[in-house]
Amino acid sequence: MRKTRQDEILHDHNGDEIDRRGFLQCMAWAGTGALCVMQGGVLKSFSMSRVAKMDAKKMTGELSFVQISDSHMGFNKPANPDVGRTLKAAVDKINGLIKPPEFLIHTGDISHLSKPEEFDTVDQILKGASAKEVFYVPGEHDVLNDDGKQYLERYGKGTKGAGWYSFDKKGVHFMGLVNVLNLKAGGLGTLGREQLEWMEDDVKHLKSSTPIVVFAHIPLWSVYPEWGWGTEESAQGLAYLKKFGSVTVLNGHIHQTMQKVEGNVTFHTAMSTAFPQPAPGKAASPGPMKVPAEQLKSVLGITEVNHVQGQHALAVVDSTLG
Amino acid sequence: MIKGSSVRSAGLSVVFAMILLSAGSPNGAANAQQVVPATVEVKIDNFSFGPATVTVAVGTMVTWTNRDDIPHTIVSTDDPKAFKSKVLDTDEKFSYTFAKPGTYPYFCSVHPKMTGTVVVK
Repeated sequence: MRKTRQDEILHDHNGDEIDRRGFLQCMAWAGTGALCVMQGGVLKSFSMSRVAKMDAKKMTGELSFVQISDSHMGFNKPANPDVGRTLKAAVDKINGLIKPPEFLIHTGDISHLSKPEEFDTVDQILKGASAKEVFYVPGEHDVLNDDGKQYLERYGKGTKGAGWYSFDKKGVHFMGLVNVLNLKAGGLGTLGREQLEWMEDDVKHLKSSTPIVVFAHIPLWSVYPEWGWGTEESAQGLAYLKKFGSVTVLNGHIHQTMQKVEGNVTFHTAMSTAFPQPAPGKAASPGPMKVPAEQLKSVLGITEVNHVQGQHALAVVDSTLG
Repeated sequence: MIKGSSVRSAGLSVVFAMILLSAGSPNGAANAQQVVPATVEVKIDNFSFGPATVTVAVGTMVTWTNRDDIPHTIVSTDDPKAFKSKVLDTDEKFSYTFAKPGTYPYFCSVHPKMTGTVVVK
């Protein structure tokens, strides 16, 4: 990995085919969100904390969008008694971008307890974003008590099954997946047979040169199974994407950034806008990490993500895709 | 091992002594006549059920308390489900009275790595 600027990371996979073939590349994640820019088939990302200071040319591409995740509206305990405020801070950063993103992706845990007013609050805050279009996938906190019925009513228009769907933007094929329902005792996130069949069918007609972006709440790679940080059939799902030269997987759930490149697939997890969670195995449980109030913003990631933390976490995970 | 077993027998002696005391007290007879269902507490801390396995008598009410900052559920893994709680926020409780003998595995449907068992004898 070559660090080019404080908030920009370009992966330089010397000796492998990835860079030369112009695959989507990995992104740097920091702050409460990340800006993703497609340039010549290369997906770059920039933390939103310092974007204002950066060269505008670097950030204008063929397609740009922002991923936010894990807003946990309704959570009110240490380290963040006001998750609305930090979500608004994320919106402010989005709105401060030189090139406004075309849309937002929210990778789930919109709410903390699936309460209608929690979803309403997030909807209201995100209306303040310059990008009006938001693509959601549910987190496990969004489908409590009703197996996702309310989520589907709110966000499921035009989706299939439990809320999965795909769309195309400027030649990039996006697939929003649901892996937080019908979880089995002792297991991980799950996609289920119906969704897997849909995935296979959904990409059949696409040329192998089409860049693919897959987004889902729980990581689609084995980050830390001991804490449930993985998805049962992710290998099977990603096998359907083998023919594509460029696959980028965007996840949330673990409230910290991690990156991994495996063959044609680049995996990323985003930070939460609400509270941090410990690195895998570094605490008794994956519960919220408590930090002093004055440190909250920094623990949400503005400076910590794009170098040591992310790399270290990758080393800890050390799991194959399957 | 030796140390462990001696500790255990010491504990049993204490329990035995308490039973004797109870039986010998003036309230002993009254207590014996009361039909108060036994209760057992299971605490949820750090994404785990403690104790993960409880063995109880038929008719015992088991109460789970969520002491985490994150919501959890208590859901039977049997089909059909013997019991299923609503989501429990911090300090919320769920109780279920076990009327029949058997082994009742359960888990948190939000965090399925969290599993536990109630054995009813």
